[in-house]
Amino acid sequence: MIPHPETWLRVTPQGLHCLPADLWIDPPRPVPRAVITHGHADHARPGHAAVLATPETLAIMRARMGEAAAGGSQQALPPGERLDLGGVTLWLAPAGHVLGSAQVVLEWRGARAVVSGDYKRQPDPTCRGFEPVPCDVFVTEATFALPVFRHPPPAHEVAKLLRSLALFPERTHVIGAYALGKAQRLIALLRAAGWQAPVYLHGALLPLCRLYQEFGIELGELRPATIADKAALRGAIVLAPPSAIADRWARRLEDPVVCMASGWMRVRQRAKQGGVELPLVISDHADWDDLNRTIDEVGAPEVWVTHGRDDALVHALAQRGIRGRALHLVGLGEDDEAVHAA
Amino acid sequence: MSVPAFAELLERLVFTPGRNAKLALLRDWFAAQPDPERGIGLAALTGELVFTAAKPALIRDMVASRTDPVLLTLSHDYVGDFAETVALIWPERAGTNAPAPTIAEVVEALELTPKAELPGLIAGWLDRLDASSRLALIKLITGGLRVGVSGRLARLALAEWAGKPVEEIEEVWHGVAPPYLPLFRWLEGCAERPDPRDAPVFRPLMLAHPLEDADVTALDPTAWRAEWKWDGIRVQLTAGPGGRRLWSRGGEDVSGAFPEIIAAMEFHAVLDGELLVMRDGVVAPFADLQQRLNRKSVTAKMQQDYPVGVRLYDLLFEGTEDLRPLPFDARRARLEQWVGRVAPARLDLSPQIAFASVAQLSGIRDGARAASIEGLMLKRADSPYVAGRQKGLWWKWKRDPLSIDAVLMYAQRGHGKRSSFYSDYTFGLWRPDGAGGEELVPVGKAYSGYTDAELAWLDRWIRNHTTGRFGPVREVEKALVLEVIFDAAQRSSRHKSGVALRFPRIARIRTDKPASEADRLENLTSFIEARDSRASPAR
Repeated sequence: MIPHPETWLRVTPQGLHCLPADLWIDPPRPVPRAVITHGHADHARPGHAAVLATPETLAIMRARMGEAAAGGSQQALPPGERLDLGGVTLWLAPAGHVLGSAQVVLEWRGARAVVSGDYKRQPDPTCRGFEPVPCDVFVTEATFALPVFRHPPPAHEVAKLLRSLALFPERTHVIGAYALGKAQRLIALLRAAGWQAPVYLHGALLPLCRLYQEFGIELGELRPATIADKAALRGAIVLAPPSAIADRWARRLEDPVVCMASGWMRVRQRAKQGGVELPLVISDHADWDDLNRTIDEVGAPEVWVTHGRDDALVHALAQRGIRGRALHLVGLGEDDEAVHAA
Repeated sequence: MSVPAFAELLERLVFTPGRNAKLALLRDWFAAQPDPERGIGLAALTGELVFTAAKPALIRDMVASRTDPVLLTLSHDYVGDFAETVALIWPERAGTNAPAPTIAEVVEALELTPKAELPGLIAGWLDRLDASSRLALIKLITGGLRVGVSGRLARLALAEWAGKPVEEIEEVWHGVAPPYLPLFRWLEGCAERPDPRDAPVFRPLMLAHPLEDADVTALDPTAWRAEWKWDGIRVQLTAGPGGRRLWSRGGEDVSGAFPEIIAAMEFHAVLDGELLVMRDGVVAPFADLQQRLNRKSVTAKMQQDYPVGVRLYDLLFEGTEDLRPLPFDARRARLEQWVGRVAPARLDLSPQIAFASVAQLSGIRDGARAASIEGLMLKRADSPYVAGRQKGLWWKWKRDPLSIDAVLMYAQRGHGKRSSFYSDYTFGLWRPDGAGGEELVPVGKAYSGYTDAELAWLDRWIRNHTTGRFGPVREVEKALVLEVIFDAAQRSSRHKSGVALRFPRIARIRTDKPASEADRLENLTSFIEARDSRASPAR
């Protein structure tokens, strides 16, 4: 008889644990052996003895936390390459969330579980697109699992930004964007829309943009916003972490148009709370339609929800005869889009 | 252009705090949109376009038949606003790539479509629109745009766009109807200014500058006239064969809120005055009038509890005769004769105050303690009635403000340029806590009066002394004393302290004073009592 994945993949205080391989996936506390889906701080934490991840994710972890904290021993595993760990076949599949993001595929004794990490289905020029892997149990996020969240095409949002730049050519457009993923995707979207001018960056965004460029992703000319004078920033685009756009850092900008790139911008009240003048609905997470479509594509009869709006998703799954289970994993969903209401 | 363009304008207006940016958005709309779209959009923004066919309940039923009830409830709980929930959750149908409707199409179809066919019509539109446009459409047809664009702001944007004085637009605005084709033709230089004929239109008000101490001594008593500055709202009354209107200072039609004034306007004239709650000729505090403001209609009980009247300042038109070019003294004489002859109900004359010297007038101003009086108005005897605020013709000479030393309790971030500063301050006074100790009770909120340097200092102090956070609000250590000035203190059952302040602002930061020595609530209530005891002003 094929053992049900819930007998060998379990929620522990250290996170999701695969018993036969003896490893944890995105553990919130230091463990002997971890698989990391992507470099966001709520998934990639410092201090694990051994870390397994894509080469890009390992590079991001080293850049963010230093060589030592990124993992005592680090093993790079390109997507598709298979490993055998205690009888468990493990491989990574692209998740389309940020550079290096991957789903973890685990097979044991004829059953297959896929842990998606965070993912999206919209095309993103800065990372490999999500690949659905058929499975028996699909472990999904649910950050935007309410039917009110349907992200518009990102080009539509970038066009809105460019129209605003044309209407207010003397004002700096400062955009709140998370340092890993959103910032680089936004720059790539701007370049694709024909924005040739230098893009100015808050100091916190520079290192990861440089890292993306080292991985061959074209971002065009980037300049530090910190040393630019106010006059140079007239009519310019400045990217900064969401926490900086409406706070003291932004005072160096003259009469800025405060913008924010996030899936939460879909809801007016959320945008208003953050003091945002131009909300841009651009998200690195799957929206409601894409979450449901993905679950249908992988064909899993059972879906576990790690974090987010599990109530709505589990309800919708039950309507289609899919067994849904909320895992309530602690510590997840604390990246940009979940923390910053903005 | 179509509903999506209008949706983008709405969305930008909703999120844009700055007045100049709002004006730029509106100018762009007038320049970029064809007729009749721009005029219909303008009417929708300023509340001139009212639909009654599609009720919110209709939208509710439509969405309920297309969505799962549990998901709809979860979504509504999260989003808060129901129209927005519907706009976001509306199931998109593949293959519906028909073009989005124009606003003109929407307006026309809503007028012509029988009620039974409305759900199909609206659903068809919603299927063709994206989420932002669905929200704009639902808000438009159910009448809840609320984008913070006053008629005044819209007319200012028209004036800037066309390069014409706003007063010229004001004078014809209420004589033209959506989509304002003759207005746009004139503004684009293709036609004469539309003639409102008999239609009741708003004439821009004449406004006063604040009198500075340096100006006071230069006043020649023989060349100036004085009246009380009443604490109500400035209004214009327009009545004639074409209809009757009551306009607010900014040219908004407030007739619906004051039917008893409209009923009393049995004459053909244009008058300037102060709308006040009056009981047996005694003016009530502003708080009473506030009960009557911002209402579309009013109950009989409200009319009885808060009876309103207008105290007249000026006569602009008598019949069709334009008196505005005449000197003030001549208009005043005509006004007095007119009141004597017409004897209108609910209207009376604002008395003039005789004075022989500036010193005497200053004494009269200091002696007026009634809460219904803000101070004095000084008008040059030979001044014509001109729109706007022309220096040297009319002065307002406000009474010295009252002052308390209060303790800063909470601070909130401002908007626009002040969004990175804690610029809105809730302050409190001490009172017994009922257990033998003292507690602070909030008495008001101020967001002006300070200099830029003081704002920066306060912002830093607040960040360094935060004890709690509630969304955008910070609670601070009860350790900083602010000197708050205000124009009047009034009883209020809506405030925890029982007192409401009129126009509080920060006068000084009192770092020299410990919080324990700040004022007590009874210091404030004594101001109310002092002003109550002389409810009628010195004459």
